[in-house]
Amino acid sequence: MKIDNNDEVSTGFSWFRIVLILAGAFILFFIIAPILSMMFHTPMGELAKTTSDKEVIDSIWLTVWVALLSTLTLSIAAIPLAYLLSRYNFPFRGLINAIIDMPIVIPHSVVGIALLCFFAGEGLLGKALENIGIKIIDTPIGIGVAMAFVGVPFLINSAREGFAQIPIEYEKAAYTLGASPAQVFFTISLPLAWRSVITGLVMMFARGMSEFGAVIMVAYHPMVASVLIFDRFNAFGLKYSQPIALLFLLVSLALFVVLGLLVQSNKKHA
Amino acid sequence: MLRIDQVTKELHNFSLREITFTVKGNDYFLLLGPSGSGKSLLLQIISGLVKPDKGRIFVDGKEVTHAPVGKRNIGILFQHYALFPHLNVFDNIAYGLRRKSVSKHAITQRINELSDILSIGHLLNRPIHNLSGGEMQRVALARTLAPKPLVILLDEPLSAIDAKLHQELSSLLRQINRQGHIVVHVTHNFNEAISLAKHVAIINNGKIEQTGSALEVFQNPRSEFVASFTGAKNFFRVQQQEISSHGLVYGEIHPGLTIAYYTEQPSEKGYISFPESSVVLTSNIENQSALNVFNGRIIDIFARQQGYEVAIDCEIRIFAIVTYESLARLKLSPGNKIYAMVKANAVKFIPES
Repeated sequence: MKIDNNDEVSTGFSWFRIVLILAGAFILFFIIAPILSMMFHTPMGELAKTTSDKEVIDSIWLTVWVALLSTLTLSIAAIPLAYLLSRYNFPFRGLINAIIDMPIVIPHSVVGIALLCFFAGEGLLGKALENIGIKIIDTPIGIGVAMAFVGVPFLINSAREGFAQIPIEYEKAAYTLGASPAQVFFTISLPLAWRSVITGLVMMFARGMSEFGAVIMVAYHPMVASVLIFDRFNAFGLKYSQPIALLFLLVSLALFVVLGLLVQSNKKHA
Repeated sequence: MLRIDQVTKELHNFSLREITFTVKGNDYFLLLGPSGSGKSLLLQIISGLVKPDKGRIFVDGKEVTHAPVGKRNIGILFQHYALFPHLNVFDNIAYGLRRKSVSKHAITQRINELSDILSIGHLLNRPIHNLSGGEMQRVALARTLAPKPLVILLDEPLSAIDAKLHQELSSLLRQINRQGHIVVHVTHNFNEAISLAKHVAIINNGKIEQTGSALEVFQNPRSEFVASFTGAKNFFRVQQQEISSHGLVYGEIHPGLTIAYYTEQPSEKGYISFPESSVVLTSNIENQSALNVFNGRIIDIFARQQGYEVAIDCEIRIFAIVTYESLARLKLSPGNKIYAMVKANAVKFIPES
């Protein structure tokens, strides 16, 4: 959101504004301090050594590509659902919106258990998948399923808001010019909501990368970065898990800076 | 030809009832109504964006009631143009042609043709947000015209623009109409488009109150609503004759009958109107300032909300509103001779574009 300088009311000195600034400073400190503290307490030599630890690099790489792939795969269905929810009135729409938000409010260990119940060998789908040779538990597929489950609400909510903000006149105009519903979606709605869709994709991807609770229950191995950090911490303590945590943090930040720039450049075109 | 036959639509708090009218080939049809009268809904039904509950729609003799939107040979110009912000001018205009799988070469050809008519050749590569209001209007018109629809629906196209653009667009619309497109123009303000219209329909509360030529409808409103909505019972065609050195214009509204008025847009032909409340009746015309004095005979007197409406035959028919007191004092009754006076300042001139 852009706040125009003209929108600011000049009130002169105000104690309330001081309180606002102090509150803001506290929150920023609360977020930044632990991260900085981790950075300063990690010897650079250890960090350098970690970058050549194959297990660490493999786990970070696994985290990135599984999160990316699960985001893109689910988006094929999630984006149309978001469009449906923003454009059409139908019974139980409110209920469907509530269901979509469920993964955000369910504790993630509970998500893990639920996924196991469904996908594990004796589960509803597990058996069927096993019969055709697809294993979910302890595989990258399982990791992707867990990541997608917790992340997909962020994509749907953001995309739905994006579609809802497009003035309906554009779509009407396209229809009167002879476009089919699918053409309206692909040539008008999706390009106009692109910014919100990209933001949703980035948020879902980020949520997937950072997921721990649901992933560890579905797949302890192969280890994603968050599980590896937990594993090292459990086995060897803080000192040994710290460099991996920092490296994972740096990779995540770098990724999101790049994605953020992509969204920004998209804004300019929109 | 566009024929609307008994079109009915029930919404939860509004209904459009048995709308019937015909717009003949090459007609410019003005659909006039206050906001909330159902005129925009009717446009959406004609274009196919909304399905009617009952009734039929024909374009050029072919029924299109159930034809998909965009396959009816109907184009619509939206009030705020609805140009696609993510496409440049060329791609906006080409949008409808691409949906019809027109070849690249033919698209370029058609766009060049429209660019010449609408003088937008220099804008084709520009993004939409770089266009001025007038440019947007012409681009939107080009986009609507590109697939060559027989019928063009205009949703209040002149309501949010300044006088200069108004004039420009009016003459473009006239030109388009002359090229053979049927135009249906929806508005709440008759002043804005009466000079373009060949036929007029007045819509109120989901019903067509009256249709006919502009003169028929304005001079002979068939309902109280039409009379008060148009507010233009004293409505005449005028042919300009001379302009005085002070800018006063004299025009003929009937053979031998002239009227004086002021206008900032002098034009050979047009319409004039003046409110009934501005007409002063007197039995004696000495020492008064009004330039327009019509000598006639009272033909009828009707009670109205704000007093009495007096119809006077002075070769043309003039209507005045007077209070009960004036009616009694002047002893007005049908058959009496009377003078009707109208100040030149009260006369409004609407040029024909």
